[in-house]
Amino acid sequence: MSDLISAQGLSVRHGDTEVLHDIDFAISTGEIVTVVGPNGSGKSTLVRALIGLEPAARGKVHRKPKLRIGYVPQKLHVDASLPLSVRRFLSLPRRVSDAQAQAALERTGVSGLGARQIARLSGGQFQRVLLARALLSEPDILILDEATQGLDQPGTAAFYKLIEEVRAETGASVLMVSHDLHVVMSASDRVICLNGHVCCQGTPKVVAEAPEYRALFGMGTQGAFALYQHDHDHVHGTEPSDHATCSHEHSHSHV
Amino acid sequence: MFDDFLIRAALAGIGLTFATGPLGSFVVWRRMAYFGDATAHAAILGVALSFAFGTSVYLGTLGVALAMALTVARLSGRGHAMDTVLGVLAHSALAFGLVAASFQSGLRVGLSAWLFGDILAVSQADLVVVWAGAAAVVALLAWRWQGLLTATINDELAMASGHDPRREQLALTIALALTVAVAIKIVGALLIAALLIVPAAAARQFSRSPEGMAAGATGVGILAVLLGLWGSFRFDTPAGPSVVAAATVLFVLSLPLRRRG
Repeated sequence: MSDLISAQGLSVRHGDTEVLHDIDFAISTGEIVTVVGPNGSGKSTLVRALIGLEPAARGKVHRKPKLRIGYVPQKLHVDASLPLSVRRFLSLPRRVSDAQAQAALERTGVSGLGARQIARLSGGQFQRVLLARALLSEPDILILDEATQGLDQPGTAAFYKLIEEVRAETGASVLMVSHDLHVVMSASDRVICLNGHVCCQGTPKVVAEAPEYRALFGMGTQGAFALYQHDHDHVHGTEPSDHATCSHEHSHSHV
Repeated sequence: MFDDFLIRAALAGIGLTFATGPLGSFVVWRRMAYFGDATAHAAILGVALSFAFGTSVYLGTLGVALAMALTVARLSGRGHAMDTVLGVLAHSALAFGLVAASFQSGLRVGLSAWLFGDILAVSQADLVVVWAGAAAVVALLAWRWQGLLTATINDELAMASGHDPRREQLALTIALALTVAVAIKIVGALLIAALLIVPAAAARQFSRSPEGMAAGATGVGILAVLLGLWGSFRFDTPAGPSVVAAATVLFVLSLPLRRRG
C-alpha cells in the first residue's frame, strides 16, 4: 500500500487538553479524503500534526520520504507591513521561472494578477493564487485546510470544481478539511468525521447515514448547512460504518 | 574639517545598518518590536556581567542577549499572553541590568554610554567587530532568506514546503542577539530597537518587494547615520540619539511616498 501520509494511534496535547486522541489515518496516492468536524474538533491540529508542525504526545505520523506537499491554508494574513507581489509570493520558498508562474496563474484562472500586491487581492483571487503556488511545487498531495472560508457559495463551488480538474490532471491526492459538507462530500472517496477522535469514516454515503455523523451535524437536509447545537453525551446504538467505536464520554455543545 | 573619529563613527554606523536594515524589516513584518526591546535591554545586564568578570563586553552582551532572545522565542512558541510577558522581560532586564551595573564602580560613571551609545568613541578594533558582526548577520539572513520569508507569512506554509518555522525563528533570534551585541557601543541598549524599526518603517512606504524594503531600510539607515553625525557635530548633540532622531525625520518625510498597487 502506498500511503503518502499515515498516522497510528496519534494523540496531540495542547497543555493539559488532549485535542486529538487515538487517530488512525492514512491517505494513499490519488485518493480524495475529506475531514469534517465541528469547530474545535481538532481538524486544523490534525493537519498541523500530519505536516509535522505539531508534536505527537502519543503514536506517530509517517510521511513518505521526499513527499511534496501543496498546502492551501485556511486563511492567510499577510501583514500590511510586508510588501509582496503575487509573482514574488509564488517563488516562496522555491524560486520558479516567470513562465512557470504565469502558467500556474493561468491554470487557476487568475492570470494577469502577477504584479498585484498580495494584500490587495479579494478573497477568491487570493485562494486561487494560493492554489497556484501549491501547484508549482508539483505536489504528490494537496492539503486544503478550510480553503474556501470566506468565499460565497458560487465561489466555493467554482473553487472545488477547479480542485477536481487539477486533481484529474496531476493525479495528486487531495486531503480536504471542511465543513462545507454538501459540496465536499460528493467529490470525496472517503470522509472522516472528526471530533477529537475519528467518530466514523467511510464513503460519503455511509458517513452521511452514520448516526455519529448525524449526531454531530444534525439530519442536514439536502444542501443546507446543519448547525449543530446539541448535547453530546449520546450513546451510539447501531454499528455505523467500517469504524465502529465512538464513545462520547465528554459533553459539550457547539453553536 | 572632519576628524578621524568622525570617519570611524560613520563607518561603524554604516556597517551596523547593513545588519539592521534586513533584520529590522523582519522585526516589523513579524511584529517583534517588543522582542527587540527585551533582547536589547538584556544587553545592559551583559555589560555589567562583563565588567564583573573582566571579559569582553561584546562576548558578555552577546551571551546575555542570546539567552534572553532564546527565552523569549521559547515562550512565544507556547502561546503565552506574549504582550505582557515580553513587557515584563524587557523592563525587568533593564532594571536588573542597571542594578547590576551599580555594583561596578567602573560602570557607574560611564553608564550613559552603554544606554545611549558612544559612537564617537569607536576604535579601529570596534570597527572590525562591527563589520564582522554585521557581515555574519547579513550572511545568516541571506542564507535563510526564502525560508524565513515563507515562515513570516505562515508557519504551515513553510512547514509543508520543508522549512521548519522553528529553525527559521532560531536563525532570526541569533541574528538579533548578534546585532544587539555589536550595536551596543554605537547606539546603546535603549536605542537599538529604534534603529531596527524606524528605517524599516520608512522604507516600507516606497517598497514593492521584501528585498526592496530590506535594502531601502539599509539606505535610510545610512542616511540617518550621516545626517545624525553631521547634526551631532554641528549642534553638539549626543550622537546616538541624533542618529535615531534623523531616522525619525526621514520616516516622517517618507509618509507621503506611500505607494499603492
